[in-house]
Amino acid sequence: MQTVLDIMSWILLTAGGGFVLVGGIGALRMPNLYTRMHAASVTDTMGAVLVLSGIMLQAGLSLATIKIAAILLFLLFTSPTSSYALASAAMLAGIKPDAGRAADCEDAS
Amino acid sequence: MYYVVTIATLITMALALVRALLGPTVYDRVLSVNMFGTKTVLLIAVIAFLAGRPDFLDLALAYALINFIGVLAVLEFFKSRAARRAAERAGDDA
Amino acid sequence: MTVVFGIFLLTLLVITAVAVVRTRNLFVAVMLLGIFSLLIAANFLLLDAADVALTEAAVGAGISTVLFLGALALTSETEHAATPHRWLSLIVVVSATLVVLYATFDKPTFGDPEAPIQQHVAPWYLEKTPEYIDVPNVVTAVLASFRGYDTLGEVFVVFTAGIGVLFLFSAPHGHAARRRPGARDGSSIGLRDDLIPRVVGRLLVPFILLFGLYVQFHGDYGPGGGFQAGALVAAAFILYALVEGEDRTLQALPFNALLALMVSGALLYGLVGVASIFLGGNFLDYSVLSEDPVAGQHLGILLIEAGVGLTVTGVLLSIFHAFAARDRF
Repeated sequence: MQTVLDIMSWILLTAGGGFVLVGGIGALRMPNLYTRMHAASVTDTMGAVLVLSGIMLQAGLSLATIKIAAILLFLLFTSPTSSYALASAAMLAGIKPDAGRAADCEDAS
Repeated sequence: MYYVVTIATLITMALALVRALLGPTVYDRVLSVNMFGTKTVLLIAVIAFLAGRPDFLDLALAYALINFIGVLAVLEFFKSRAARRAAERAGDDA
Repeated sequence: MTVVFGIFLLTLLVITAVAVVRTRNLFVAVMLLGIFSLLIAANFLLLDAADVALTEAAVGAGISTVLFLGALALTSETEHAATPHRWLSLIVVVSATLVVLYATFDKPTFGDPEAPIQQHVAPWYLEKTPEYIDVPNVVTAVLASFRGYDTLGEVFVVFTAGIGVLFLFSAPHGHAARRRPGARDGSSIGLRDDLIPRVVGRLLVPFILLFGLYVQFHGDYGPGGGFQAGALVAAAFILYALVEGEDRTLQALPFNALLALMVSGALLYGLVGVASIFLGGNFLDYSVLSEDPVAGQHLGILLIEAGVGLTVTGVLLSIFHAFAARDRF
């Protein structure tokens, strides 16, 4: 039973790590702000769910599992809100969702 | 078992840092700081289990909270600055 | 392996620090300082220092960013032109760095079990804590009881910082508006028009407050304590102010209540010390607070951590309101 849990944890953690890495590479290589947001959100959702589920399997039935579930729930609530707030602020500032061109906006820094 | 995911998270943190240094607009930097924060949450959770100290999970929860509040504060700053600039422009035109 | 992770994080730290210094746009510097704080906290975690990492997270990455942004909103966003040819400064900095580097050659190596601190100081605290104080978290025992004077000084420093900022912001000045022009031109602080952050923020504020209380009282058993709890409770109110507007927050927790919090926290700490004198012990000797010395220590730690939490909350929130209420500095 323990080895089954270990193997499942291993699979979940490695897959989660893979998603996190993919999201990171995407955030670096994507051409526009909004596409980068897509990439970053991959890490926040799939990456976080897989990694934290893998850790939950390792923790068994204990207080730590409840804490990890609370962290996951919190991340799932706040990451979309942050992305929405960021996207709406960028839209209001005038950044166009225009892939392939250099960002033209009045807030370039 | 945890080393793979720790290394992946650390590399992603480095990539987010590069985006924060490069990003042409400020919103790219805000995005990378947000991503950095959530990666730190994952890193803390994994390191907590790596070191065998599950009571470090309070830190991860606190980080998630702080990251959220920080990003909202930044965006509020932008909105108030844009509103103030619009008000100044309206005041100049008047 | 932990050393490799630590070196990697420290390298990122150096890169971030160089970028903070080199950039001319202060807003970018604030963002990078947020990343800096998160990196430092991750380093602290690798070094097994959980209390410090929690404080760094709560204060550095969250509250400091908000306060820096408040300052940027009141002043300007770009740095002034650098003074050229500051050779004297360069020579001073380089020689100080070389002296410090030379001084590190005499220090014991990292993690050396023969180092004096591992031989004399640490074992004493680890042995005496179960005997005198009997809390599982030795850091809290050292901070609150064995080194209570230092923590008293820290609380007073935080209090003085709060007073200093409030003095600066209440100084009369020329023609700049004192309060932000609210509904007149439609610009009001707060994301009130944005429904999603508003709903999620309002949903989360009670849970953050509850978590802050948990961290306050759980400091005896795990990472936590007064400083972290104060920062988290202040963060909850700042979140409410961000999504609902500063006026509603002042209705929820008036400014005079914040001043009362500031003062009562520091006062509580001092009164516990004075009460120990009246009950026959030394200043800040909690053993005399009850018949059983260990119970007295527990009571003393509870009271002073509460004092620390109150002061930190009051100071952070009053500084935030001082920044947020102004239109120009």
